[in-house]
Amino acid sequence: MSLLNENRLSKMFSSPGKKRSIYLTAGYPKLHDTVPLLEILQNSGIDFVEIGIPFSDSIMDGPVILNSHQIALGNGMTMDVLFDQLAAVRAHISIPIVLMGSMNPVYQYGFDRFCKQCEKVGVDGLLLPDLPVIEFKKHYSDFYRENNIAPVFMISPQTSSARLAEIDGLTESFLYAVSSSSTTGASSKMEDSQAYFEQLQIQNFRNPVVIGFNIKTREDIKFVSQYADGVIVGSAFIQALEGGFDPDKITGFIEGLKD
Amino acid sequence: MSYQVDENGFYGPYGGSYVPEVLFSNVEELAENYQAILDDPGFQNEFKRLLRLYVGRETPLCPSPYLSELYGACIWLKREDLCHSGSHKINNTLGQVLLAKRLGKKRIVAETGAGSHGVATAMACALLKMPCSVYMGEVDMERQFPNVERMRLLGAEVIPAVSGSKTLKDATNEAFRHWINNPTDTYYVIGSVVGPHPYPDMVTRFQSVISRELLDQVPELTEQSLPDYVVACVGGGSNAAGSFYHFLDHPGVRLIAAEAAGKGLNSGFSAAATFLGKEGILHGTKTKFMQTEEGQVLEAHSISAGLDYPGIGPLHAYLHDTGRAEFVAVTDDEAMAAGIALSENEGIIPAIESAHALAALAQLRLKPTDVVVLCLSGRGDKDLETYINYSTSQKANHESVK
Repeated sequence: MSLLNENRLSKMFSSPGKKRSIYLTAGYPKLHDTVPLLEILQNSGIDFVEIGIPFSDSIMDGPVILNSHQIALGNGMTMDVLFDQLAAVRAHISIPIVLMGSMNPVYQYGFDRFCKQCEKVGVDGLLLPDLPVIEFKKHYSDFYRENNIAPVFMISPQTSSARLAEIDGLTESFLYAVSSSSTTGASSKMEDSQAYFEQLQIQNFRNPVVIGFNIKTREDIKFVSQYADGVIVGSAFIQALEGGFDPDKITGFIEGLKD
Repeated sequence: MSYQVDENGFYGPYGGSYVPEVLFSNVEELAENYQAILDDPGFQNEFKRLLRLYVGRETPLCPSPYLSELYGACIWLKREDLCHSGSHKINNTLGQVLLAKRLGKKRIVAETGAGSHGVATAMACALLKMPCSVYMGEVDMERQFPNVERMRLLGAEVIPAVSGSKTLKDATNEAFRHWINNPTDTYYVIGSVVGPHPYPDMVTRFQSVISRELLDQVPELTEQSLPDYVVACVGGGSNAAGSFYHFLDHPGVRLIAAEAAGKGLNSGFSAAATFLGKEGILHGTKTKFMQTEEGQVLEAHSISAGLDYPGIGPLHAYLHDTGRAEFVAVTDDEAMAAGIALSENEGIIPAIESAHALAALAQLRLKPTDVVVLCLSGRGDKDLETYINYSTSQKANHESVK
C-alpha cells in the first residue's frame, strides 16, 4: 500500500499508455513564462511536467540547462516568486507537477516550509538529485509524507542492484532513470544504452520507470519508450525556448516529438 | 570532544556526502577503501618515499627573527614553500594519485584556482604516469597564465571552465560534471578539504604530514614540547587542516585560521566564509559558505586566487562553531604589506595566501614566551605580477597624496 494518499502522479501512472514529460526551468526564458508554458504543455498532451528550481551551481546540469538557470536567476526567480506563480495554477492545470532542483535553495527556504508550500499550491512530487537517500530517511521523509509530496529519486547505470531495491522502496511515484552516466543534455546515443534499458526492464520495480537525460528527438522517444513507462525531454525543450517563448513554435516542438 | 570524522562522514553537523546518484558508487567506493589503503604499510612506504625523495620533505621549521622581534614572541615558519611544486599542495596530490592507481582508475581530473593544485596534480600525474585533465576558470586562466603553461608542459590538458563566474567554484563544478560523465575510469583529485565524504578527511590526512613533522620539530628546536599557537591561512583549508591535525586534541595549542577579508568584510568583495557565510550544501558537502538569502552561491573575492573560494571545508566549519579554532579576517592590503615585509626583512617571498597568515599575527596578543608556528604554505613566485602591480599602485597612491 502506498504511503501517500493517491495523488495526481499515481493516478496518471495507473492510466494506460506511455507517459511523456517535459522539463522546464522556472522563470525561463522570461520570469513569468512558467505558467503560460504549463498551459501549452497541458494542451499539447504532455502527461506531466518537471519544473526546475534554478541554482547558481547545479553540478548535474550541462551547458543548456545551466544557462537557463543563470538567466532565470537574472530574471529574478526565487522560491517565493515560484510559489506565487504556482499559487493559482491548479485552477486550470491538472497535469502532475514535479519540482526538481539542488538541495541548497530548498535547505535555505526550510525543508518543512518548502514541502508545506508544495502541498498548498498543488505540487505532486519532488526530486532533489543531491539529497542522499540516507539523509532523506533520517531527516526529511516525514516532511514529504505529511504534505503528500511523492519522493522521486534518480537511478543510474552506476546504481548497484541492492541500492536499486532500496531506492525503489523509498520512491512513491516513479523512478527517474538517467539514460547514461552524464550531465543533462549530453550527446549520448540512446542505442548505446540499450543494454542498460533492458536491464531496467527485467527488474521487478514496484514503481514505474521514466527515462530522462539526452532524449532529444521523436526517434529517441520511440526507442526509449520500448523499455520504460515514460520519457522526459529537458535540454532539447530548453533549447527550443532560446530566443524567446513563441507559443506556436513550442506547440510545434511538442507535436514534432509525437509519433 | 572528537574532531575526527564520524562513520557517516560528518564533523558534528557538517560534512556528509550530497552527491547525485551517478557519483554515489564512486564516492562510496572511495569511502569504503580509503582508510584501508592509507593504513596499508605498502602504500605508506611508497607515499613516504615520494614525500622524502620527490617533494623534499621534511620541510624545515625556521626561526623568524624579524617576526619574533616585531611581535615580541618566538615565531617559527613551517616552510611548506620549500616543497617541490612550491606549496603544500603536492602532499595531497601525490597521495591521491597513488590512491587512484590502487583503485585501478585510469584517468585523473582536477580543479584549480590559482593553478597551484593544478600544477601539483599535473606533476604527480607526470611522475606516476596518469593522464590528467585540469579545469580552470577562464578568468583564472588569464590571471595565472604561467601556471596554465606549466601544467601543459607537464603533459596535462587544461580545460577552461566557462560557466558561472569562471573562477574556482565553477572549475570545481566542471570537474564534478566531468566526473559525472566519466564515472568508471576517472578519479577526481580534489585540492582542498572540501567535497563529499571522504575527501575532507582524506585530504586532511594527506596534509597532516605537516603537523606530524611539527610534533618532532617543536621539541627539538624550542624549549616546549608543543607550540602555543599554530597559525595558517584558510581558503578551503587544506594547509590549515594539515597544520592543525595533530594538535586538535591538545587544547593548550591555540589554532588560528586566517581568512581572506578581501577589500574588507563589508565591502562586498570578500572571501571570509566564517564571517559572511552560513550553513548550506555546496560541492557535495554541508558546510559554511557565502550565499544569498535564497541559497544562491556568492562569488568570493580575494587578491589571492588560492583563497578565492566562497566556502570552507566542513572540518573548519566545525572547528569554528566549537571554538576549537579561532578565525581572523585579513584584508588584501594587510596581506600584501605582510608579504612585502617578509620579503624585505627575511629574504622569503611568501605566496599571498600564506601572507594572510603572516598578517594575522598582528591580531594576536602574544607574550614573549609564546612559541608560534606559522604555516608558510607556499612561495610567492607565482604571485610576482600581483606583488609588482600592488607595489606600483601603492607608489602611485603615495605620489598623488604628496
